[in-house]
Amino acid sequence: MIAKVGLDGHDRGLKIIARGLRDAGMEVIYLGMRLTPDAVAAAAQEEDVDVVGISILSGAHMRLMSRVVKALEDLGVKERVLLVVGGTIPDADVGPLQETGVDGVFPVGTTIGDIVEFVRAGVPAPEPGP
Amino acid sequence: MGLFDKEGVRRIRGGREEWEKTELKPAVDRTPETHETFTTLSGIEVGGLYTPEDVEHLDYEAGLGFPGAPPFTRGAYPSMYRSRPWTRRQIAGFGTARSTNQRFRFLLDHGQTGLSTDFDHPTLTGYDSDHELADGEVGRLGVAVDTIRDVDELFEAIPLDRVGISFTINHPAIVLLGMFLGVAESRNVPWSALRGTVQNDSLKEFHGQKTFALPPAPSLKLTTDIIEFCTEHVPNWYTVSISGYHTREAGADAVQELAFTLAQGMAYTEAAIERGLDIDRFAPRLSYFFGCHNNLFEEVAKFRAARRMWARIVKTRYEAKRPESMRMRFHTQTLGSTLVREDPKNNITRGAFQALAAVLGGTQSLHVSGYDEAYDIPSEDAMKVSLATQLVIAHETGVANTVDPLGGSYYVESLTDAVEERAQAYIDRIEEMGGGSMYRGMLSAVESGYIEREIAGTAFEYQQGIERKEHVVVGLNEYRPETAQPLEVFDFDTAEEGRQLERLTEVRRSRSNAEVEKALDDIRRGAETDENLFTPVMAAAGACATEGEVMGVLREVYGEHTDPGVF
Repeated sequence: MIAKVGLDGHDRGLKIIARGLRDAGMEVIYLGMRLTPDAVAAAAQEEDVDVVGISILSGAHMRLMSRVVKALEDLGVKERVLLVVGGTIPDADVGPLQETGVDGVFPVGTTIGDIVEFVRAGVPAPEPGP
Repeated sequence: MGLFDKEGVRRIRGGREEWEKTELKPAVDRTPETHETFTTLSGIEVGGLYTPEDVEHLDYEAGLGFPGAPPFTRGAYPSMYRSRPWTRRQIAGFGTARSTNQRFRFLLDHGQTGLSTDFDHPTLTGYDSDHELADGEVGRLGVAVDTIRDVDELFEAIPLDRVGISFTINHPAIVLLGMFLGVAESRNVPWSALRGTVQNDSLKEFHGQKTFALPPAPSLKLTTDIIEFCTEHVPNWYTVSISGYHTREAGADAVQELAFTLAQGMAYTEAAIERGLDIDRFAPRLSYFFGCHNNLFEEVAKFRAARRMWARIVKTRYEAKRPESMRMRFHTQTLGSTLVREDPKNNITRGAFQALAAVLGGTQSLHVSGYDEAYDIPSEDAMKVSLATQLVIAHETGVANTVDPLGGSYYVESLTDAVEERAQAYIDRIEEMGGGSMYRGMLSAVESGYIEREIAGTAFEYQQGIERKEHVVVGLNEYRPETAQPLEVFDFDTAEEGRQLERLTEVRRSRSNAEVEKALDDIRRGAETDENLFTPVMAAAGACATEGEVMGVLREVYGEHTDPGVF
């Protein structure tokens, strides 16, 4: 599931990643933009997703991602999702973001391939169907 | 009449064919070309050599003409930069009004000649700083403005009658411009002395900037309210900055940017004509705003095609009489999306080439994006480099010494035609959607997600082109630097958000709430009866109503817009 929190309108990256992941064979829920961290967490729980991808190009990633982490924890789903963030994120913020509980940080310039690989490594492959 | 006589072109064709056989083929057999085909970024195939054959059909008088006269292909003004250099207008905005006011003064002290204001996302989307969704974004990517008191502080000690000021604000434009006119009034600056621009481009919000506040049709009504009010009362103000820049940042190519932007301009023009306004009164106060990418000749071609197409549209479709109405003027911003995180100093070079293309294309004003913007909003150092880039182009390269220096280039003329032809095809398609009306066509193209889908497709293909290394981006997918380059990025003061919230609380405490309520009721009534809302909105701004309160009333009456999520 991928989404934008807050009011930031830069959604080019979000769309590219959504399509890239879909083309790589994943089921993508495009939750959209202008969402609160609580709304994202509730959707993650309801849809029982494996990955929560957040895109932030507003510079508010530190504040907003710690709220996303907390919202996921409050609903008890933090442990079972892979939480990633992408956007304009200075190098100095990468470590602190990981410390707050973000599993993957993908700054501007990351390839779709890198993200697909990260998701595949972090999410167990689904059981084969009947 | 063509530029060359038929016999001359025939001889050249024969010579070229001979040259291809005797010279070109053996040379390429020895040293093959690096690519099977060469294309511009928007996919126009580029030949190895252009000759008079490629411009044989070109009619100089009708297709190029002279600068400063229709069709303006060669330039908006007769002597261009020989008389007046382009306006160096670096956009700025962060934190509270006080902080941005300091940056404005810094820029004016370092060679800037106009001001341009970036607003934060809460302001752009019409929410107050204390709204639930604003948390963390107050003052982040632009200045936070909630009330007229913020606008007053933003322009403290700046002579409003001497510095042209641009406001990058769209759906809430009516509120911000209302605040600004109120401030001018309080300083006894007559509105006729104000020179500036309000972006007020409602339609591109749905596929470009994505900071919409209202649905397409009502937002277009507000755009028209501003055109109508300013035509009457603020005669030297540019009422809309019809923008392709954001569309480009969202992933469109040069052709799409040109087509959708002109289509927006046509929709506003048709809305204003329907309102009963005279084309020759309002069209001279419309301006344009484009991005500039790396493919230099394609960008120059785009700017030249833009002027020619707009002139013809305004003249033939809207039957304008004054050449002034047909003259396209535009601002250019080099594209943030071309900036690379690796080896960020290389972005100075990118910015310089993009700026050069904008100047060769005849821009009226220019912003060069900061070399550090792949990390954060630009530092002061980055803005100094951007301004210096403009100064070097203006004073050292000599490119500004003559008008339209690339005019007549077989390649550039041929590319100008190709860009125009492809852009026209998009416009025709949108016109078809509207059954002959660009106003209805654009509403339909926006509401159906057509434009967004076109842009998203191009953005995705471009990204894939980078990943497949079809587009080489130095430092990103080739020539990777061994070590990351340390960079001092803008240090955002997180206490700014708290300061803004305190200001907002103080305004709410000290104003007359009864007066605000009454003003908001007037807006509601005006919206329900479809009046021009400028005067009631300005009255509310003067009573210290917040931007969010005014936009809240409009959202109540007009409803909200939900992004369709097209990808």
